[in-house]
Amino acid sequence: MNILCAGLNHRNAHLDVRERFSVRDEEMAEILARLRSIEGVSGAVMLSTCNRVELYAASLCPLKALEGFRAILAERSGLEAPLYHHSTPQAVRHLFRVASGLDSMVIGETEILGQVKKAYTLAAEAGAATRPLHKLFQHSFRVAKSVRTETQITSGPTSLGSVAVELAGKIFGSLEDRRVMILGAGEISERTARSLQSRGVRSVIVSNRTYERAAALAAEIGGMALHFDHWEKSFADIDILISSTNAPHAILTPEKLAPLMRLRGGRPLFVIDLAVPRDADPAINDMDGVFLYDVDSLEQIAAESLDIRRKEVDRCESLIDGHVVGFINWMRSLHSPESRPHSS
Amino acid sequence: MERIALLLASLCYFFSFGQTLFALGAGGFQPGRFNFAAMALGAAAQGWYLSIQGTRLHACPISTLPEILIFLGWSIALIYLVIGPSYRLSLMGAFTAPLVLFLQIVAIVLPEEAARPPHLPNPWVEAHAALSLVAYGAFGLACIAGLMFLVQEAQLKSRRPARIFHYLPPISILSQAILRLLWTGFVLLTLGFAAGWHAHLPIAGVKFCFSLFIWLLYAALLLGARTGVLTGRRKAIGAAVTFLLILLMLPAIQHLSTR
Repeated sequence: MNILCAGLNHRNAHLDVRERFSVRDEEMAEILARLRSIEGVSGAVMLSTCNRVELYAASLCPLKALEGFRAILAERSGLEAPLYHHSTPQAVRHLFRVASGLDSMVIGETEILGQVKKAYTLAAEAGAATRPLHKLFQHSFRVAKSVRTETQITSGPTSLGSVAVELAGKIFGSLEDRRVMILGAGEISERTARSLQSRGVRSVIVSNRTYERAAALAAEIGGMALHFDHWEKSFADIDILISSTNAPHAILTPEKLAPLMRLRGGRPLFVIDLAVPRDADPAINDMDGVFLYDVDSLEQIAAESLDIRRKEVDRCESLIDGHVVGFINWMRSLHSPESRPHSS
Repeated sequence: MERIALLLASLCYFFSFGQTLFALGAGGFQPGRFNFAAMALGAAAQGWYLSIQGTRLHACPISTLPEILIFLGWSIALIYLVIGPSYRLSLMGAFTAPLVLFLQIVAIVLPEEAARPPHLPNPWVEAHAALSLVAYGAFGLACIAGLMFLVQEAQLKSRRPARIFHYLPPISILSQAILRLLWTGFVLLTLGFAAGWHAHLPIAGVKFCFSLFIWLLYAALLLGARTGVLTGRRKAIGAAVTFLLILLMLPAIQHLSTR
């Protein structure tokens, strides 16, 4: 018995191509049934995410399984799929690397593990996961957990939004009752606000020089629009200020903030300045209770986290090597004479 | 036997602190059971020592400076064991252990006081002394939370946070913990005062003036926090500086009051 892995991902196929081959959850059972009808294929699990479409199959003849998979994809999309493929033991290593986030666009991201689990569950529910695949996927979950806990591969936030969320968490703890104000309705500030909303922020106020733009963004993210001339009146109530106006000079200065800070009863203020040129005078970071981060400082934190993760890759690979050997030994034991039932 | 109890307690605090430092250095600190267990064992050993002393003296063993320091360390450790897990301030153990260890070591190396103050068999006097020391224990922990706040705040202000940033709690949680500990200490200290008044202790002398001064300092801190005059940073500095002042002045006050 061989394990075959075949697919395409963000490295060998552009998004335009990947989206043509993606498989929705509701189509999964039918695709798995077709894959299992390929000669020699006893079990199949299909992983379809925004970054990859991959088949893991237990097969006696991997080449036939690969050709069958290629034909099914071509029939569905009308395109020749640029497939890479591996067989045992590389296929096993590949799945372990995928589940651990080592093969992801952002190294060490953890969302992929949930997606691998979902793919396995769908296959198990469809009756497409046979014993070696059950064992393989369950082993991959253990590998991912071990890589995550024994190395720093998931260390730190890696995107602007996630850095902002982590910093906000370290200032306020829970973000549930926190209020956010967006000054200047730009795309990055919208994304940052959405990241904060995903962590529990409920109240968002949007203020923009063009009120209609503020109202449109507020409606989109479930916030409240405010005339730009009035933003200072709401200052005492907010906890996080995301600023990205097109002002040619700093609009948040110590002189302006000092009287406003006195109205806050000692509560801290997190200022995220996403504007270029900057909206906030760097001197406000020296004010008591004010924490200022601009684009550079946010990106630097993200880059440092990625750097730490990259340095951990070798440790992760050697952990995975050990697990691959363990799994291959288990597969061999399946075919050994001792594991076969004795006939009396 | 007392010596063994003290050494055991010191070893426990030493291991708790050492293990946290090692884990932080290796980049793998997880709020673990080891630190908590080591702190709990240390507090139990201190409790054992205090119980032996108490049985021998037939009184609460807080009349000499070494006994006061051990009782104070024990109070700090006990309060940490109660609030550490409930506020998810696991790393507080790393800050608490060295302070308690320091108090222990000073208590061990200090020479035995030749003249033990006369023991007055009055439960109100003992309640006064014990409540005041537990109050100082709460203030000690507020000082630790204050130091943690200042470290975390400096990390946030630097905009290039180091590794410890990820393990320290949010400053708002620390600020909340400082305030609650200050209130706990203040209420206990006030109750200690009330017990002393009930025991007809003299309302004069160095010890009384020092205690009143400390009480007024903490009252001012709490008032400032309540009215919003004090930001988190000032509250943290206030909690840390006031307790360090107590630690610095305690030997002198004890010396003057036993003359």
